[in-house]
Amino acid sequence: MSDYYAAAIIRGNARHVALAIACLLLETAAPLPSHAQTAIGAQNAVHPGGIQAAHILQLWNGTLALCLLVFVAVLGACLIAVWRAPRGTGTTEPDVGAPGAREQRLLRAVRWSAIFAAAGLISLLAGNIFTGRALAELPAENALRIELHGHSWWWEARYHDPLTAQRFATANELHLPVGRAAIITMHSDDVIHSLWVPNLHGKLDLIPGRTTEIRLRADHAGLYRGQCAEFCGLQHTMMALLVVADPPTEYARWAERQTRQAPQPPGGSIVQHGQQIFLHQCAQCHAINTPPAGAATIGPDLTHLASRQTIAAGMLPNKRGYLAGWIVDAPSIKPGVQMPAIKLAPDDLQALLAYLETLL
Amino acid sequence: MIPRQPDDALDVKHLPTFAFGTRSPMWWGTLGMIVVEGMVFALTIMAYFYLRSRSPVWPQDSLPPDLLWGTVNVILMLASGVPNWWTKRAAEQLDLLRVRIGMAICGLFGVASLLVRIAEFNTLNVRWDASAYGSVVWMLMGLHTTHLLTDTYDSIVLGVLMWAGPLEGKRFVDVAENAGYWYFVVVSWLAVYAVVFWGARV
Amino acid sequence: MKTKAVIDDLAELETTWADPPGWMGVISAVNHKTISCRFMVATFAFFVAGGLLALLIRLQLALPSATFLSAEKYNQIFTMHGTTMMFLFAVPVMQAIAIYLVPLMIGARSVAFPRMNAFAFWIFLFGGVMLYVAFFFDRGPDTGWFAYVPLSSFKYSPGKGVDFWAQMITFTEVSAMMEAIVLITTILKMRAPGMSLARMPLFVWGVLVTSVMVLFALPAVVLASTALITDRLVDTRFYAPEHGGDVLLWQHLFWFFGHPEVYLIFIPPLGFISSIVATFARRPIVGYRAMVIALIATGFLAFGLWVHHMFATDLPPLGKIFFTAASLMIALPTAVQIFCWIATLWSGRLWLRTPLLFILGFFAILLLGGLTGLMLASVPLDLQLHDTYFVVAHLHYVLLGGAVFPLFGAFYYWFPKFTGRMLSETLGRWQFGLFFIAFNVAFFPMHILGLQGMPRRVYTYPADAGWTGLNLLSSIGALGIAVSVLLFIINVMRSWRGGALAGADPWSAGTLEWSVASPPPSANFNVVPVVHALDPLWEPPASPSHVTGLSTRYREILITSIVDADLDHRLWLPASTPWPFIAAIATTILFIGSIFSPWAVVWAMLPVAAACTLWFWPERGMTEQRAATEVAP
Repeated sequence: MSDYYAAAIIRGNARHVALAIACLLLETAAPLPSHAQTAIGAQNAVHPGGIQAAHILQLWNGTLALCLLVFVAVLGACLIAVWRAPRGTGTTEPDVGAPGAREQRLLRAVRWSAIFAAAGLISLLAGNIFTGRALAELPAENALRIELHGHSWWWEARYHDPLTAQRFATANELHLPVGRAAIITMHSDDVIHSLWVPNLHGKLDLIPGRTTEIRLRADHAGLYRGQCAEFCGLQHTMMALLVVADPPTEYARWAERQTRQAPQPPGGSIVQHGQQIFLHQCAQCHAINTPPAGAATIGPDLTHLASRQTIAAGMLPNKRGYLAGWIVDAPSIKPGVQMPAIKLAPDDLQALLAYLETLL
Repeated sequence: MIPRQPDDALDVKHLPTFAFGTRSPMWWGTLGMIVVEGMVFALTIMAYFYLRSRSPVWPQDSLPPDLLWGTVNVILMLASGVPNWWTKRAAEQLDLLRVRIGMAICGLFGVASLLVRIAEFNTLNVRWDASAYGSVVWMLMGLHTTHLLTDTYDSIVLGVLMWAGPLEGKRFVDVAENAGYWYFVVVSWLAVYAVVFWGARV
Repeated sequence: MKTKAVIDDLAELETTWADPPGWMGVISAVNHKTISCRFMVATFAFFVAGGLLALLIRLQLALPSATFLSAEKYNQIFTMHGTTMMFLFAVPVMQAIAIYLVPLMIGARSVAFPRMNAFAFWIFLFGGVMLYVAFFFDRGPDTGWFAYVPLSSFKYSPGKGVDFWAQMITFTEVSAMMEAIVLITTILKMRAPGMSLARMPLFVWGVLVTSVMVLFALPAVVLASTALITDRLVDTRFYAPEHGGDVLLWQHLFWFFGHPEVYLIFIPPLGFISSIVATFARRPIVGYRAMVIALIATGFLAFGLWVHHMFATDLPPLGKIFFTAASLMIALPTAVQIFCWIATLWSGRLWLRTPLLFILGFFAILLLGGLTGLMLASVPLDLQLHDTYFVVAHLHYVLLGGAVFPLFGAFYYWFPKFTGRMLSETLGRWQFGLFFIAFNVAFFPMHILGLQGMPRRVYTYPADAGWTGLNLLSSIGALGIAVSVLLFIINVMRSWRGGALAGADPWSAGTLEWSVASPPPSANFNVVPVVHALDPLWEPPASPSHVTGLSTRYREILITSIVDADLDHRLWLPASTPWPFIAAIATTILFIGSIFSPWAVVWAMLPVAAACTLWFWPERGMTEQRAATEVAP
C-alpha cells in the first residue's frame, strides 16, 4: 500500500495523489495505527545495552534465585504437610489437649524458619544497597548533557556537550555516544511523564515543578526504544522515543549535523514553495533554525526532521506517505493531539513534503 | 453446647443499665471519631510544613494572619474548659439541674467562638486561591470550624433535650461524652492556632 | 421438653430482634445480619462489574493494534476497573463479612451501633451507584484508580469524571470509618463473659487490627481527595506547582492511605485462613500468641511503606532505602503466619474440603505475589519494574491470592451459616481448579511482559514488540477466570434454596457462630454463652455456661470489660428505624450537590442536620420505659 501512494506522490499525478491520501487516511485513520518498526528486544530490561541496566539485571538475577529458592522451600513444605498428614473428617475429634512436646517442636521450627527468612531479607537489603551505590557511582566526567522536557505526548530534547560546546534541539529521538555517560535533566511542562528506556536504565519521572536527573551510559551500539511509563492521559500509549547508541565517530557526525542550520532552498523551487507553506501553516508551533538556547515551542523542533527514523513520538515511520497522512489529519491518527488537521491542496502538500525532506 | 440448667447460669439482672467513661460504648465511639479527626488535622498540619519546606518564602506572597481574633479564640476556648468540666462532673453525678445550666453555658461559649471565628476569617490576610499557603491555611481553619460548628450544634440539641426531655440515665452519658469531645475541639484549636498564626511568623 | 414460658420467651426474643416486613423493613432494618447480607451482595455485584471491565481490557489487549476500544473508552474502563475493585469491593466486602461474623463469634446479639452500621451501608451503596451512573453516562473518571495530579487537576481533566471519582471516595471513606468504629467498639465492649482477649478467635483479632488501621489510614485519603475537590472546584492550589503547591503532595497523602489499604484488604483474609485451617486440620492454629503479634506487627509496619510507590520520583536516595528496608521487613510477620499455618497442617488431621482447597491456593499464589513484592521493594529493580506489567502481575497475585482466594474459601465455609444450606462440593472443586489454573494463565505471563518492556495503562501495543503471544495467553486466562466466577454464581443460585441442609454446625468447628442455628435467629443467641476457652465448641462445657436476666422484650445487650470480658452493664439498643436511610439520602444529596457547586455544602447541610437530629432524638414512650427500669452505675 505505501509503495503505491509513495509512487503516486512522486509522479505528481493529482488524482492519484488524492486517492493515495484517501487510502492512507483510511488506513491510518483507524484509531490505533501501527507503531514504527523496531526489533524485538529493543525495549527490554533483560537485554542491557548499558551499564546501569546491567547492574540492575545482576541484582535481578540474584534476587530471582533467592526468591525461587524460598518459593520452592515454602510451597514444598506446604505440599509435603498436606501430603503426609493423616486424613480426618468432621467427626474427627479436634486435638485440643494441653500443648506438649510436639507443640514445642513445631514452634521451634517456626522460629528457625523466621530466622532464615530474616537472613534472606537482610541479604536482599544488602544487595539493594550495593546496587544502588553502583548506579550512583557511574563515572560522569565530561558527560554529555541533555535537557529533556516532557510534553503530552512527545519528548523535547536540548543537547549541550561540554566537550565540544555544541548546543542543539531535537525531539523524540536521542543519539548517545557509546561508552560516554549522559546526564539527562528532566522537566515536565504539563503532567507527570516518565522516561523509560529499559535496555539502558530504570525509569525516572518528569514531574511538573521539579527537576529530576538520570545518569546513564550506552555500552553497546544499537537502536533502543523507550516509552513514557507514567499514565499521562489520552495518548500515553503513543509517547515513545528512540535512543540510538552510536559509536563515537558516528555520534560526532550526527551531532555536527544537528548543529547545522537548515539550508535555504533555492529561489522559485518547489522546495521554497514548501518553505512558504511551512511558514504559513506550521511555524506557529514548530521551530526551524531556532537559536541554540531555543524558545519554547508548542510542537517538536523540526530543523532536522528528515534525520529521524520515526515521527509522532515513535509512532509512525518517517516515510513520505505516513508524514503526509500525519500533516493532513493528525487528530484522527492520534486523537487528542494538539496538532490540528491541516487542509492542504495536493500540490502544496507535495511542496511541503519536498521541503521537509531537505531538513537533514 | 447450649445448656439448660438454671443453676449453671450467670444472672445479669442486677447490672446497671448505663455507665460512664471507658465502660461506655459511646466513649469508644467518640474516641474513634477523635482519632479520625485528629489524624486529619495532623496530616493537614504535616502538609502545611511540607509545603513550607518546599517554598523559598513563607507565607507565599501574603502577610501572616492578624493575631488578634485568633488569640481571643484561644482564650475563649481555654475558658470554655471550665464550664465544660463542670458540666461533665454534674452529668457523672446525675445532677439534672446543674447539667441544664452547664449545657446552656457551654452552648453560649460555642456560639461565641463561632462569632469570633468569623472575625478570624476576615483577618487571615490571604484567600484560599491565592497560593498553596492560602489553601492550606483555609483548609486548617475550615476543618476546625466544621468541628466547632457541628459540636456547638450537638451541644445545643443535647442541651435542649436536657431541658425538654424525654430523659433517662443514658442521656447523662451523652452529656459526659459531649464534654469529652469538646476537649478535643479545644485542643485541636490550640494546634491549628499555633500552626496558622505562628507557623507564618517563625 | 421446654416449658411454655421458655417458648414464649423465644418467640418474644425473635419478634424483638426481627426486621419489620415489607418496604418499611427494607429502609429501617438495623439487624447486623440483614445489613451485612445486603452489603455482601452489593460488594459482590461490584466485583462482577469490575470483572466484566477487566474482560473488556483483556479483549482489547489480546491482539496488537486492536480497535475494539478507543483510547478514551479504554482509559475510563481501566480506571473504573481499579476503582471498583479497590474501593467498592475489596475493602468493603471484608467489613461486610466482619459485620456478620464478629458478633456471632464473640457471643453478642448485635454490633455496638446498629444505626450507624445501617447508615454506613447505605452511604456506601449510594456512592458506588453514583459512580456507575456517571460512568454509564460517559462521565466516568479516566485518570487511573489513584488519579495522579496534575493529570487529574481541572486543567488536564476538565470534565466531571474526576469529581465523581473523588466524591465516591468521600462516600466510601465515611462508610469505612464508621464500620471501623462499629467493629472496634463491638469487639472491645461486647464480648461474651469469659471471652478474654486471649480467647478471642484470630479472625476477630484480624478485624480489630484492620479496623484500627482504618482509623489511621483513611484520613489521608479524606484530606487528599478533599484537597483535590477544592483544587478543581474553588481553585485552591494544593497541587499546583505554579502557585506554590506540590505535585508529590498528592502521592504522599494518597499512598499514606493507599499502602495500608492493601493491608486492610489482606488482614481479614488472614483471619479467614486461621478459621478455616483450624477447622479442616481439626486442631487450633499453632502459635496463637505469635499469630496475634504478627497481625499487630503487620498492621503497624504497613504505615511505614508508602514511599515504595514513589521510587521513580526525585525523593532522596537515603529516604528510599529506609522504605526498602520497611517493605522487606513487613514480609516477616506474614512469613511467621504462613509458617504457623503450615505447622498446623503438618500436625493436623486434614479434611480436604473446598474451603481448605482455596486456602491451599492462597499459599501458592500469595507466596509468589509476596516474593515479587520483595523484588519491587528494591529501588534499582523497581526502577525497571515500576509502572510495567510486572506490577500488574504482582498486585493481582497478592490481591487475588491474598484476598480473593481466601474470600471464596470463606464463602464456602460460612455460606451454610448465612443461608442454612451447603454449597455444592463438586461445583466448588471445579470452580477452584479452574480459577487456580486460569488465574496463573492470566497473570503469570504479565511478569515476563513487564521485563520485556510493556508499560501499564496502555490501550494497545505494536505487533513487532514481541508481546502478542503472552497478551493473548493472558486474555484466554481472563476468560477462564470469568467462567470460574460464573460457576460460583451458579453454585450459589442452586444452593440458596436447593442445597443440602446444613444444620447448626456442618463442619464440627470450634467457634461460637457454629453453636446457633443456620441461619441464626434474629437475636443470634437465644441464650448468651459464657466462654471458658479458645474454641469453646471443642472444649467440654464448664460452669457457668450461659447468661440469664437479659430482657426478651427489648433489644438488650451485655457490655463487658475490655481485657477479660468481665460483666459490666446492660444496654438497650435501638430497634428498627428509617433515620439512617433518610440521613444517608440527605448526605448523598450533600455530597453529589457539592460536585456541582460549593454552596451545596451550606444548604444541603440543613437536611443532613435535621435528619441526624431526628435520628438522635429519643422517643418518649421508650424512654419512659427505660427510665422506669434503669439501674444507675
